[in-house]
Amino acid sequence: MAMQFYASPEQIMRDRSELARKGIARGRSAVVLSYAGGVLFVAENLSSTLHKVSEIYDRIGFAAVGRYNEFENLRRAGVRMADLNGLSYDRRDVTGLALANAYAQTLGAIFTEQSKPFEVEICVAEVGATAEDDSLYRVTYDGSVNDEPGRMAMGGQAEAISGVLKNEHRPEMSLSEAVRAAVKALSSVGGEGGAARTIAANQLEVAVLDRGRVGRTFRRVTGAALTALLEGDAGADTAPAPGRAKTPTVPTEEAKKPTTSAGSADLEGNAEDKPAE
Amino acid sequence: MFTNAGTSSFTAFLSKVAPEMLPGRRPLPPGMAADMAPHATTIVAISAAGGVVMAGDRRATMGNLIAQRDIEKVHPADAYSLVGIAGTAGIGIELMRLFQVELEHYEKIEGAMLSLDGKANRLASMIRGNLGAAMQGLAVIPLFAGFDLAAGDPARAGRIFSFDVTGGPYEETGYDAIGSGSLFAKSALKKRFRAGLPVEEATRLAVEALYDAADDDTATGGPDLTRRIYPVVMTATAEGTHRLTDAETAAIAESVVSGRMENPGG
Repeated sequence: MAMQFYASPEQIMRDRSELARKGIARGRSAVVLSYAGGVLFVAENLSSTLHKVSEIYDRIGFAAVGRYNEFENLRRAGVRMADLNGLSYDRRDVTGLALANAYAQTLGAIFTEQSKPFEVEICVAEVGATAEDDSLYRVTYDGSVNDEPGRMAMGGQAEAISGVLKNEHRPEMSLSEAVRAAVKALSSVGGEGGAARTIAANQLEVAVLDRGRVGRTFRRVTGAALTALLEGDAGADTAPAPGRAKTPTVPTEEAKKPTTSAGSADLEGNAEDKPAE
Repeated sequence: MFTNAGTSSFTAFLSKVAPEMLPGRRPLPPGMAADMAPHATTIVAISAAGGVVMAGDRRATMGNLIAQRDIEKVHPADAYSLVGIAGTAGIGIELMRLFQVELEHYEKIEGAMLSLDGKANRLASMIRGNLGAAMQGLAVIPLFAGFDLAAGDPARAGRIFSFDVTGGPYEETGYDAIGSGSLFAKSALKKRFRAGLPVEEATRLAVEALYDAADDDTATGGPDLTRRIYPVVMTATAEGTHRLTDAETAAIAESVVSGRMENPGG
């Protein structure tokens, strides 16, 4: 019988933390912040279909960084839980706090019980009646939850991005100011020698929880509306009208489906992560 | 229980984790139960140029009694489709809520809406699940209509689907009605309907048809001018679903009633 080497619990936890932290730091970043009209999500994402930001329920959104398959699994779980609770009780009884707690339990259990922790960090955001009532919960790979003060950054060089965001962010910002602040923070790192760089509009995934809407408040900001916001066009704040999208989403044809995953896009250029061929 | 790979269907998820929440999964004692619960009555749907109109009266009956005067039986199923229910009101409302969650759930999980035919088939399978209860008198029949985003010609994008208790979905051309007064409503529509009506005219036609149904069917309620209870009228067009305001339906209903003052047959 093979002899098992002894490893102390501290050592095991340290190793798992290190694995998760490294995985999360390798990916691209995402920021979430409150602005006057709601909650804004901006993520750097090369794919336009494999989302890092999505809708969970009427006033709750989800943003994640790290491994796509792992956070996608968590996102689906969140949608199922929210829909089940909303059907059993009432739509108003689905809260961001309940969801953040459920995620914390799930991630905490995975971290302690399984040999590999989830390499993800997620944000559960709930839009309130005013910017002060918004709640942003950060849930990390080990199941810890933090209530963030109106803004947060995660993934990649999150600390540097957070620093820029803290200087730029005010809760009474307009949507275009908020988008520009978020993009400035995201692009403040990762250039030549740690300098700032520019991120093209088609590499950004932008969505909002619109405070003023009733029912489902989540909407994506794409295409011309996003470009106008980035260019600081004052009229663009109201451009994505609070009605239905003019070009509704219909199921895409088989041929148009992407062949790359966001996970692999995030990890590109890291030889150690590529499977041996 | 939430993190299993599973399907994109909410009812499939429920059948695994909470089967008691599905209407068709409850064991029923033998015997007929038809007269113990309120029944919802007449719904009409008309396809118009660039969309579809659905309207329902406000009455629920229990035997010879009026159980409720202001029940709402026409609801949006999602952003582009409408569903109306006739039959056992309690199960109908539960089924409709479940159907709304089903469509929203799919949209959130997959990031894309189901096709209109997909939605109709999904509703059909949910009705089929209620077959056992239907055979004991607790039948629910929905009427489903919506704006088909995949339609080549927007003028023909308004489509209507009817169902039977066994779940068979049937696409209807032009117009359809369900419920106890449907015979009279359909007869009225047969004479008045023409293809390509503007949406405004179709809403008036729907209220007229409900008036005709209420005229000859005791279980269907006409416009209640004294209590100011009017039919629920909804449209689904390229701009999404829209419910006419009480003031708008009041204006239509009052003009229909004043027309009938001169000519009771319409």
